[in-house]
Amino acid sequence: MTDEPARIGDPDELPLTGAFRVDGSALDLADYEAAGGYQALRAALRDMAPGDVTEAVSDAGLRGRGGAGYATGRKWSFVPMGDDAPPVKYVVCNGDEMEPGSFKDRYLIQGNPHLLIEGMALACYAIGASTGYIFVRDQYDVPHALLARALEEAHVAGYLGEHVLGSRFSLEINLHVSIGRYMCGEASGMLNALQSDRANPRWRPPHMASAGLWSRPTVINNVESLCCVPGIVRLGPERWRALGLTDEGGTRICGVSGRARHTGAWEFPVGTPLREMIEGRAGGMRDGYTLRAVLPGGASTPLIPAGDLDIPMDFDHMKKAGYGLGTATALLVDDSVCPVGLCLNLLRFFAQESCGWCTPCWAGLPWAVGVVNDIEEGRGRPEHLDLLAEQMWFMGEEMCFCDLAPSATKALGTALTIFRDEFESHIADGRCSYRARGSATGAGAAGAAPNGAGPHEGDSPAQPPAPPTPPTPPAPPRRPGGLPGLAPERGR
Amino acid sequence: MLTDDERSEIEATLHHYPHRHSAAAGAMRIVQRHRGWVSDEALADIGAFLGVSVDELDSRATFANMVFRRPVGRHVILICDSDCCYVMGYEEMRDHIAARLGVGLGGTTPDGRFTFLPIVCLAQCDHAPAMVIDTDFHGDLTPERIDEILERYD
Repeated sequence: MTDEPARIGDPDELPLTGAFRVDGSALDLADYEAAGGYQALRAALRDMAPGDVTEAVSDAGLRGRGGAGYATGRKWSFVPMGDDAPPVKYVVCNGDEMEPGSFKDRYLIQGNPHLLIEGMALACYAIGASTGYIFVRDQYDVPHALLARALEEAHVAGYLGEHVLGSRFSLEINLHVSIGRYMCGEASGMLNALQSDRANPRWRPPHMASAGLWSRPTVINNVESLCCVPGIVRLGPERWRALGLTDEGGTRICGVSGRARHTGAWEFPVGTPLREMIEGRAGGMRDGYTLRAVLPGGASTPLIPAGDLDIPMDFDHMKKAGYGLGTATALLVDDSVCPVGLCLNLLRFFAQESCGWCTPCWAGLPWAVGVVNDIEEGRGRPEHLDLLAEQMWFMGEEMCFCDLAPSATKALGTALTIFRDEFESHIADGRCSYRARGSATGAGAAGAAPNGAGPHEGDSPAQPPAPPTPPTPPAPPRRPGGLPGLAPERGR
Repeated sequence: MLTDDERSEIEATLHHYPHRHSAAAGAMRIVQRHRGWVSDEALADIGAFLGVSVDELDSRATFANMVFRRPVGRHVILICDSDCCYVMGYEEMRDHIAARLGVGLGGTTPDGRFTFLPIVCLAQCDHAPAMVIDTDFHGDLTPERIDEILERYD
């Protein structure tokens, strides 16, 4: 074919992005088909029972790309199947992508919206769902438009609708645009948001595989997880798994942001170490900047010191090393960045986005913001460091319905170790030396007011009263200085 | 009163959901697209149309960060204040925009041209610092670039 577009790679080696056009524009249906698109769906409908698709995904070792890393095939296997199963089931694609530092789902959808649709179709076939929802965040107008067009093309071509490709399987996929809020990205919060309810998390059990969206069996997968499925079915689980460098197998999108020479997102074999991404693809640091730490996969992951970049990037290796993989989009923290200020920025984000349901979260996060803000602005006291450690226990695992507050403690917890000297010097000097130097990052009037999180001591006086749009979570407790009195018993 | 256009656009989404009230979030977006914001009256109209109580609807609206319950300017600037943009110096961009517009975050310029708001990570981290104006992404911001970009919106 003479008019076939230049592609960035071989779809057999780069099943997620190989078919992408070099110019970055989205593939249309003909392009995608020319690159082997919808062959997996065709083969599955012809040769595989629904359970075979789930088994292939399990055998491939695919783990959720949204950050938690739960085994995708296992998740699907919990959905009731067979004649006694509820007739209505759903697959929901999580395209909320509001995790700070993550920019891979947008990249995938904008490169090849049909890959996601084929992945959704395979997932729906595997669990016996005839309706799917793609949930995208509010600012994703371009991905939304591309998906809408791709859904139409897929309908016309018979990949969606009644009797897909002449089979007994019928499927409708709907697009749902969020009205905004980080909590919509939490799986059970997303189901509430889809129902147009408040996006509070749900208590489990019941698990969503048995009672999810509108109380029907539901599977929720991240955009990238679903985009992996066509490759698994097309190449076969063994071949797909062998693409990875470690036992976890496969490929995934990894990104680099911060002061690297070339920032961006690329498809890598699972298990590629951070050093190769940063020093190889991203070309190392820009002149004049030294790497000090990496936030490897979004705001919810622990910091990795710059000396520890050779760990294979997969869920198990990262966990064993005491870190987390998250979304695998890495933020580089260089020597111009105040680590205390960065922690404050992250904590403010979580405090602002708390849904207000669980006390450790809605009460604990604003307190932690207050303490770190005091340290950053020169009012810190030595005992604040132990106090923060105590607060992190209070907001830790299993204290809340969802992972928001525990996630918020990850970067701070590691920062207190890696950058202990920075916290101590802020306290000893009574000021932030980065701000005093006026570095680009540390400079500026004062901390930005997080939208809706209420005024903080450092807010710019020029700030007008209240923003019109943002939500109003419970007001953070006003604290003049350190946090008095709160002394939960240490449980471990 | 909902306009005919608003009503028919909302109706076109009803078949996506098994229950009428689940179209409420989308309905608020539709009204906001037409009017710029969602007034108390509009909220009551949506509630009546979809069979949702106004308080329930307001609880959803105020939980979300992209339903404007007060009037906004002709253009809405959303500047990312998350970690990557922090690292790449968004505070300077925020202060530059605020100084140029003469209003801080949460404010609307007296001429009604711009409303200036913060937003959670826009997933433009490889082009931080970043912002969105209306539906247009703008990355790799510098004060000079911001001046040039703002000129395009009147």
